Amino acid sequence: MTVTTQRLFRAEDTPFALSHLDALEAESVHIFREVAGEFERPVILFSGGKDSIVMLHLALKAFAPAPVPFALLHVDTGHNFPEVLAYRDRAVAKHNLRLHVAAVQDYIDRGVLRERPDGLRNPLQTVPLLDGIESNKFDAVFGGGRRDEEKARAKERVFSLRDEFGAWDPRRQRPELWSLYNGRHAVGEHVRVFPLSNWTELDVWQYIEREGIELPEIYYAHHREVFKRDGMWLTAGEWGGPKENEPVETRLVRYRTVGDMSCTGAVDSDADTIEAVITEIAASRLTERGATRADDKMSEAAMEDRKREGYF
Amino acid sequence: MSTTQAGMTQTGTATSLLRFATAGSVDDGKSTLVGRLLHDSKSVLADQLEAVEHASRRRGQEAPDLALLTDGLRAEREQGITIDVAYRYFATARRRFILADTPGHVQYTRNMVTGASTAELAVVLVDARNGVVEQTRRHAAVAALLRVPHVVLAVNKMDLVGYAEPVFAAIAEEFTAYAASLGVKDVVAVPISALAGDNVVEPSAAMDWYGGPTLLEHLETVPVGTDPSAEPARFPVQYVIRPQSEEFHDYRGYAGQLASGVLRVGDAVTVLPSGHTTTVAAIDALGESTELAWAPQSVTVRLADDIDISRGDLIAAGPLPVPTKDVRATVCHLNERPLHVGAKVLLKHTTRTVRALVKEISYRIDIDSLEQRSGAEGLSVNDIGHVVLRTAEPLALDDYTDNRRTGSFILIDPSDGTTLTAGMAGEAFDTVSTNGAPDAPEEEDWV
Repeated sequence: MTVTTQRLFRAEDTPFALSHLDALEAESVHIFREVAGEFERPVILFSGGKDSIVMLHLALKAFAPAPVPFALLHVDTGHNFPEVLAYRDRAVAKHNLRLHVAAVQDYIDRGVLRERPDGLRNPLQTVPLLDGIESNKFDAVFGGGRRDEEKARAKERVFSLRDEFGAWDPRRQRPELWSLYNGRHAVGEHVRVFPLSNWTELDVWQYIEREGIELPEIYYAHHREVFKRDGMWLTAGEWGGPKENEPVETRLVRYRTVGDMSCTGAVDSDADTIEAVITEIAASRLTERGATRADDKMSEAAMEDRKREGYF
Repeated sequence: MSTTQAGMTQTGTATSLLRFATAGSVDDGKSTLVGRLLHDSKSVLADQLEAVEHASRRRGQEAPDLALLTDGLRAEREQGITIDVAYRYFATARRRFILADTPGHVQYTRNMVTGASTAELAVVLVDARNGVVEQTRRHAAVAALLRVPHVVLAVNKMDLVGYAEPVFAAIAEEFTAYAASLGVKDVVAVPISALAGDNVVEPSAAMDWYGGPTLLEHLETVPVGTDPSAEPARFPVQYVIRPQSEEFHDYRGYAGQLASGVLRVGDAVTVLPSGHTTTVAAIDALGESTELAWAPQSVTVRLADDIDISRGDLIAAGPLPVPTKDVRATVCHLNERPLHVGAKVLLKHTTRTVRALVKEISYRIDIDSLEQRSGAEGLSVNDIGHVVLRTAEPLALDDYTDNRRTGSFILIDPSDGTTLTAGMAGEAFDTVSTNGAPDAPEEEDWV
């Protein structure tokens, strides 16, 4: 039944073995260098979350011993965890990077954007992001998105073309073959680039462990004053919580994802080291989103809805 | 070892990475198979499964329909678009997997060519009741065309043929012979039922006559990659690293990813297309000095002599490709706009993009009969054919048969950047029947 291959090769048994982390790292570095070789003004979207921190780490390695030839762009909702902002500023200073900040607050102050009744600022990020890209003439924008995060993202390209309005036109998505990325774009268009496309959450954490990458401390278990809203543990803060009927308590928690304070939930956890975090994630029965976005938990139609709305 | 989210050992033991593609239509049970692989390897988490159970109940199904885990195409069809490949991720204690899941039917050839281009293994699915059909042969041909090293024939729906060995054996024999005639070197056939879970992850109790591995066991143990030490070194230069700092005043490094082979400090190398020769002075593996590097590592190479090298050049050792402006290649056309003789396009090969002219469309290949049809005026979307191109600058192309990375290219429309065509230098198959029959008129079997 089997036609035996002529030269059986088992990479695991030779000196030329590459672990899955080695292979993913090599691919991501290749992507960074392709962009450096083909674009005029690339920028890395940097939130201070673990995925953007891993991106920066890969970029540092890709161009060593030269500095990273890209600036950073932070879209600042104004609802930041102070630990994350401090981390961002330390990273910028340590690696002598240029940081652009596009602040939602500025747009609210100028009357361009209006605060939403629910206080959420995540939906308000798009305008500052696109303005930041346009005004700085960035032509390639690195994002930390991973295809394992969501069904809709499973179909995203590594190089994803955006038109003059920053929009994603599915008809214009290009087939991506081999490792030949096509970054051609017209003036005013830009390309979103996802170097971590093929990484999973666990890969990211294993890589953080292997490389000894420092993270904002809120990723590890700590005592925090939190209150419950929509099934999530949220941190009390100026952004608008807690309300009167939301009692505050101190719990041992950590953050599995880090985003806007108003919609990122902490998870109960005693994982205070990287080893403990990896053990916890490997054993978790919930996805990153499921665990920290409890409001997103499957309503009857959530799956169909997501499909209909989502090509990004 | 306790079972964990990704099935990985808790210490996160280093594992290898296998990229593979699935080929088959919904009718063959492909979505169910992919869902089964994800589910039984414990890669589906509680919240995802809950969503599937919800959706299944709403549709009046009692058991969770695993096909829904990968179903994402309805809205695409509603809007008349096709997203060609969806990527899935799962892991076991032994391996990490990247699955390129290509939809069947519509735009089939284009989708599978895309998915197979990065795959080291292709799973071809057939329905045990139907056996090897035209589409199966097409899948085998695309896998052979793209030089996917390993092919697995998954004979699905064995439960519907009474788990009968003779049914499986006949299909396996027919397919293996066909694939071998196309030059596919490694074919393994597995009798499965994706719906019932037989031989996908767990061995089947209903088929004790089958002594081979389950599909997942095979995926976990199939050799990954090729032997770098048996291949000539190919290092396309992506970027020149010049820190111009005090500490690294004279540093000039060539950044790239080894497309094949091994590079050692002291190796004699040739820079193409210029033909200058020099030796490897140092290799920096992402910031750390090393003595050797191998494919597919990303490294930075420093050379002994000061030669003018920039992005797009190839640093090579071993038997060298002869740089040429005349490119003969097998292509798969990917875009709705046809490719015609006389078209001026851009050609991207490794890290080099050059202008190119389509001089000749030698013939179209009927992917079902594998016959060459001469006289083709143009190539339409999903067409596979052979072309002659003339480039503005010489390219150091290997034959695709020898090197999937330095033998492949894409054609790009210079007006708007659209990716038009996938190209593979050289001839398509080991065996191709030739005939001079004129090209058949528009075929309708693609839709």
